[in-house]
Amino acid sequence: MIAYFLGLPVMVQAVAKGLAVIVVLFPIAAACSMAERKVCAWIQCRPGPNRALPPLFGWIPGIGILQRLGVFHLMADGGKFLFKEEPLPDHVNKPYYVLAPVVAMVPAFTTVTVVPFGAYLGSGGAVVPLMLANVDVGILAVFAVASLGIYSLILAGWASNSKYAFLGGVRASAQLISYELSMTLAVLPVFLWVNEPGSAGSLSLARVVEFQSRPGFWGGSWFLFTMPVSALIFAVALFAETNRQPFDMPESEADLVGGFHTEYGAFKWSLFFVAEYANMIVGSAVFALLFLGGWNLLPWLPLADLLERLHHATGSALWLHPLVAGLVSVAIFAGKIFLTIFVFMWVRWTVPRFRYDQVMKLGWQKLLPLSIANLIAYTVGIYFLQQ
Amino acid sequence: MEQIAFIFLSALTLACALGVVLAKNAVNGAMCLLLCLAGIAGLFVQLHAYLLAFILVLVYAGAVVALFLFIIMLLDMQGGQAWRFRPAQALAGFAAAALLVTGLDLIAIRGRLGGGPPVGQGAGSSLKLYAYQLFTAYLLPVQVMGFLLLVAMLGIILISRRISEADPSK
Repeated sequence: MIAYFLGLPVMVQAVAKGLAVIVVLFPIAAACSMAERKVCAWIQCRPGPNRALPPLFGWIPGIGILQRLGVFHLMADGGKFLFKEEPLPDHVNKPYYVLAPVVAMVPAFTTVTVVPFGAYLGSGGAVVPLMLANVDVGILAVFAVASLGIYSLILAGWASNSKYAFLGGVRASAQLISYELSMTLAVLPVFLWVNEPGSAGSLSLARVVEFQSRPGFWGGSWFLFTMPVSALIFAVALFAETNRQPFDMPESEADLVGGFHTEYGAFKWSLFFVAEYANMIVGSAVFALLFLGGWNLLPWLPLADLLERLHHATGSALWLHPLVAGLVSVAIFAGKIFLTIFVFMWVRWTVPRFRYDQVMKLGWQKLLPLSIANLIAYTVGIYFLQQ
Repeated sequence: MEQIAFIFLSALTLACALGVVLAKNAVNGAMCLLLCLAGIAGLFVQLHAYLLAFILVLVYAGAVVALFLFIIMLLDMQGGQAWRFRPAQALAGFAAAALLVTGLDLIAIRGRLGGGPPVGQGAGSSLKLYAYQLFTAYLLPVQVMGFLLLVAMLGIILISRRISEADPSK
């Protein structure tokens, strides 16, 4: 089947991969919005959405659990956004107004293609990463494409031709550029460490996971433990880059009504949020790959070891089958992503929103110097460690 | 297939470059610049210079044009009048353009930049090779460029300081 797929023309393969990304990521991103409502409800000690149920379905045993989890609210929400009237205000700049939600979706869904999401054991026990496009420049591709997402907020704010949306757009452009610097500087130590002298030299994310699965105390430990400052800076910058509270300055509904999306409604409005959650998923995936050991279940327990142990414990060779190994690794990786997204939501419903000047101060006066100092310290440290 | 992609990307780049110069609305101009950069990145990809393509997108498309838009929005330049040239400025502009065209022409005709080391197959694709070249053969140009940027930054700090001192309300 793989041979058949690889035998197809390149364009057909590309279209298939693109469709796969949309089919997988779109529902997950939509489900995240539901999860957000449920998590916020639990944090605030209330049940959250738990009523919706399609008619004539009540008799199915066990459907009550799905009902109480709010699964049908998700479908009702999606249907509502599709069938609602699409408002197109008169005072907007129409081409850019329509373009903005599309521009939000494209980078959010494109970055996924270069993020490895699992691995299987190839011949000789070698761990082969699963990814859609294996490019040498890995993390650079993620940063480059993700940085284009800013235009959706700017365009939405500008094209809406209203004061609140405009302020949201201006805030977005300043905030996203400010935090991009710290984010990039924070991951540099990781790649300095990974590209040891004599190695081939690569910015691939799969290579970082490979490095965190090596035997020995230093080899097996995740970068979260060996580079806590980098992980912290990256996480904070990730909050700012995805416009999550406490950094949701562009939206900031307390002072800007709805910020950049004030003038949007129906499906266009929901596209902004699908893009936001898709960005969160990709950001969490990159965080898990860089600092949480990717598809390794525990520190000092790489995937290959885990499968070997399961193989010995159960005596079944099924664990070493590429398909099973791939599913196990994807499940572990997805678990980490969902955990990280839960932390995103947890922070959102715990920490109050910053003021705009606080966001700028934190970005330029705290995070940026800290990330530069962190980079210099690790450069010196890595030099002596790898000499 | 590659020929078609090349023609398409070149046409996109040139048309958008023209759009940047001719656009009446500053935001349209910035968006044209963005598309133009995307076209150039596509051309780099065709040359298998993936690193250059992604750095172009990351730095110019991701940050520089976003800053342009930020400034445009901050100053609220909707339409506005065309800049009127004084004769001396027009002459200087013409001289600069002539110099640029001559330089580009020379590069295009001669095909290589001076007597640099021979560039191997796919030199732009391998990160390590690229970094090695940057720190050995092209070390001096990189340092000079860095110094130039530093001077520009200091100049901006000096100018902005003078403005805020002249107007104490800011």
